[in-house]
Amino acid sequence: MTRFMRYGTALALVLVMVATTAPAYAQKTEIHFWHAMGGQLGETVGELVRQFNASQGEFEVKALQKGTYPETLTAAIAAYRQKNPPHIVQVFDVGTQTMLSSGAVYPVFQLLKEQEVAVSWGDFIKPVTGYYSKDGNLYSMPFNSSSPILYYNKDAFRKAKLDPEKPPKTWKEVGDFSKAIIAAGGSKCGITTSWPSWSMLENTFPWHDQPFATNDNGYKGLDTKLLINGEFGQKHIGQLAAWQKEGIYSYGGRMGQPDPKFINGDCAMLVQSSAVIGGFKKSVKFDWGTGQLPHWGAPYKKQNAIVGGGTLWVMKGRKPAEYKGVAQFMKFISDPHQQMWWSVTTGYVPITQTAIKNLESGYHFKKNPEQWTALSQLSGAPTKNSQGVRLGNFPQIRDAIEAELENIFAGKKSAKEGLAAAVAKGNDILKEFAAANKP
Amino acid sequence: MSIATLPDVRTATRPVAAVTTRPRPRIRWENVVIHVLLLACVLVIAFPLYYAFVISTQTVEQVMARPPLLRPSSHVLENYAGAWSRSHMGRLLWNSAIVALVSTVGKIAISMLSAFAIVYFDFRGKTLVFWMIFVTLMLPVEVRIMSTYEVIGDLGWLDTYWGLTVPLMASATATFLFRQFYQTVPNELCEAAQLDGVGPLRFLWSFLLPLSWANIAALFVVLFIFGWNQYLWPLMITNTEAMRVVVIGIEELIPRTGTHVPEWNVMMAAAMMALLPPVAVILFMQRWFVKGLIESEK
Amino acid sequence: MLPQVAVTIVFFFWPAFESLRLSFFRTSPFGDRQVFVGLENFVRLLSAPDYYQAIANTFVFALGVTGIGVGAGLLVAALATQHIRGLAAYRTALLWPYGIAPPVAGIIFLFIFHPSYGVLPYWLSFVTTYEVNWLLKGWVAMTLVIVATAWTHVGYNIAFFLAGLLAIPTSVMEAASVDGAGGLRRFRSIVFPLLSPITFYLVVVNLIFSFFGSFGVIKAVTQGGPGNATEIMVYKVYKDGFIGLNLGSSAAQSVMLMIVVIGLTALQFKFLEKKVTY
Repeated sequence: MTRFMRYGTALALVLVMVATTAPAYAQKTEIHFWHAMGGQLGETVGELVRQFNASQGEFEVKALQKGTYPETLTAAIAAYRQKNPPHIVQVFDVGTQTMLSSGAVYPVFQLLKEQEVAVSWGDFIKPVTGYYSKDGNLYSMPFNSSSPILYYNKDAFRKAKLDPEKPPKTWKEVGDFSKAIIAAGGSKCGITTSWPSWSMLENTFPWHDQPFATNDNGYKGLDTKLLINGEFGQKHIGQLAAWQKEGIYSYGGRMGQPDPKFINGDCAMLVQSSAVIGGFKKSVKFDWGTGQLPHWGAPYKKQNAIVGGGTLWVMKGRKPAEYKGVAQFMKFISDPHQQMWWSVTTGYVPITQTAIKNLESGYHFKKNPEQWTALSQLSGAPTKNSQGVRLGNFPQIRDAIEAELENIFAGKKSAKEGLAAAVAKGNDILKEFAAANKP
Repeated sequence: MSIATLPDVRTATRPVAAVTTRPRPRIRWENVVIHVLLLACVLVIAFPLYYAFVISTQTVEQVMARPPLLRPSSHVLENYAGAWSRSHMGRLLWNSAIVALVSTVGKIAISMLSAFAIVYFDFRGKTLVFWMIFVTLMLPVEVRIMSTYEVIGDLGWLDTYWGLTVPLMASATATFLFRQFYQTVPNELCEAAQLDGVGPLRFLWSFLLPLSWANIAALFVVLFIFGWNQYLWPLMITNTEAMRVVVIGIEELIPRTGTHVPEWNVMMAAAMMALLPPVAVILFMQRWFVKGLIESEK
Repeated sequence: MLPQVAVTIVFFFWPAFESLRLSFFRTSPFGDRQVFVGLENFVRLLSAPDYYQAIANTFVFALGVTGIGVGAGLLVAALATQHIRGLAAYRTALLWPYGIAPPVAGIIFLFIFHPSYGVLPYWLSFVTTYEVNWLLKGWVAMTLVIVATAWTHVGYNIAFFLAGLLAIPTSVMEAASVDGAGGLRRFRSIVFPLLSPITFYLVVVNLIFSFFGSFGVIKAVTQGGPGNATEIMVYKVYKDGFIGLNLGSSAAQSVMLMIVVIGLTALQFKFLEKKVTY
């Protein structure tokens, strides 16, 4: 008995000792910043934060990777419900509506106004702010913004006697070039696409000034319905499905999974986020270039692409004094100097006109034309079809769309059937979101 | 286990007995076949790990090359050094060791006591308690993660070793195995102890414990690996780098935004390092591990 | 005893109760708005064809993992208890994959199966022109996740079978072999009956494991695709609740899972108790 007690006490002591080896304190006010960027990107975020911490002595931003985008968002929500949220959380584009409807966020425009930090909002480029604004006010700070562009293998183009400096501008050219390249033995397939729903639907619709969903793509209300199974959607996806059969298009999976098909030369072209530029510079051994997202040409208008990536949201529920530091950090990352450094290091697009102008005057885009490609797709004034897509439970909708795209490319369903099924599932998810978030 | 069935088996096979007496040399051929088969099994089972090791020695381009390169390359040092320093591997391994060890020890202690209570005491609702414990075997952490998070938050255990380990401690497997084992301990032993005036906990400590070392060793391996490989739970409740565990460190090396070329090589190097402690535990405990699993079933 | 009950109640029953409660509500992601909707979450779930597909997938997956895992475990363990040299080395080589974390296992298998740089499709391309593309072919994807999951667990099964086989008194085996029962026959008539309690235990544990504990691989490799071909029930709970933030539906699905859990537990009790306490 006594021996057991001693044993038990010892164990308890060990537990207590272990449990109290808590992290050390810092004198400065801590600002917690949760993000989803792993690998080298995560290290770049760390460097950015170090620069901020070194720039002033009052606050210390602590950056922490909280897993994937969904994991980060869910962790932040759980922490908020425990009344212990991070000050800043990085949320992916498709989480925007969830955040807007939550009542848990401190809008960035309001934060900066209340903390009396001056920011020239007019300097921000429109397609970026449009995506993350409500009634003309910016709710979250754009952080890592990108746009889907076309990457092509110049060596394969040369093999097929195509001009290596002329990427295909239209989908028709994509088909023709692919056939020529495959026939010349330049590669096994013509084109593949990463992030299939994002690049082939969410961006291709605005790019052609086509509506993705009702209510101006969900901007005007929650009772929104998808419109992707119309004539345009069927034409585009139907063509890809036909090409999949012919071997011109090769479906390569969700997210960034198709990248290796391009990197190891299997496919001559790839549609992927402009953010991979940095990585491709390191790991792609052949001569490659970039071009704008292909277009179908007339009768469709050429509009702008939308942004993808993530923005920084400020959570409510922390001490007022701490928000001063949050505002300073927001100001810091939107400064042209930081914008330029971030953009050049990572490949994400700069989001203020000053930063773009500075980069231009330093001949940055002349030397790195691929970094201009994405920006060129984001210029101009967006229409109601191209300001963005704002849907509740968007991650689930994207998942449903991608599952149906796979059914289409596998030949199990026609483009018409598959898209109709995606719309039905998507509408159901939207209805559920609207019901749960009734104001 | 069913020693009672032995005679039956013997008699059943006896008729064949008289007919054949085999010469010795044949057995060698059998052994060769067994060796070949075993080697094949080892190849199939160990190949994925070998491949992971190969990846950890290559550059990113070599990893994605076609045809795939199946021989180790020369980038061992840079990948491993990179993985070590970039993910702060030292701290992560330390935390993982604490989580795995504390949750394992706690789990074994708790399960041993519960199994003891279930077997040696009669009390109301015994069956209910046993059922309750048993159902817990099934519900994975991921399914109940949000509510568990709230409990831990209410207890103020977020970002502590308490929060990391205690929710992992209830284990039906362990309780179940101990129960099976105690049931095999002859009742006479217990009665003898009672006659000598030995209290129940004393009986557990000085009689049952020495008998169950093999079980404990076996459970230790299983639970250690379980604790070591936790991902989602530690990810949720840790809020500082200093509290992270190694599996998170591995995942952190993969760009999760899907817009960057993953450095699979560095990630595999980290995975290889993270694999060493559990493998060491398996190798070290192997003898008892295999023995202990079965003691309970006898 | 008390600590276990406490831990069980706090960390298992309270969450389970919470799931049960939430399954009757429609909840916004941040939990600030909860509306009682009765059985609507269940009705919605049971009227969606996707859910039935998930149930079917779960059974295919669980049976596949269990069949391959337990079968291979038994075979390998039987080989590794023969009287030959170097047994210790073999056993070591066979057991250690058990130590690998599921997400890492998933990524390793991604490399083996990947259509554009995987080893297996590359080797198969010499044998057949059939394209083993799990990105589009549901059954290939299912095979992939089954094999990868079974692999992560085969060490566990081998260990148990090894233990079981070693526990069979050598006298029994010797007697049988003196009696001249051939290897296979010996195995069938003597060894297997003696192993049946362990086999049963492993079948149940593997079933439970593949039903509930094993979507690490699916998450790392297929994310439920292509289409919904590898979406199993527990992955759907995770996807709808953790990623989709649809807490009501996710809770309803958890409740459905719990019902299955209780069913399986009852089954296990009924059989295991009978077999082990003969």
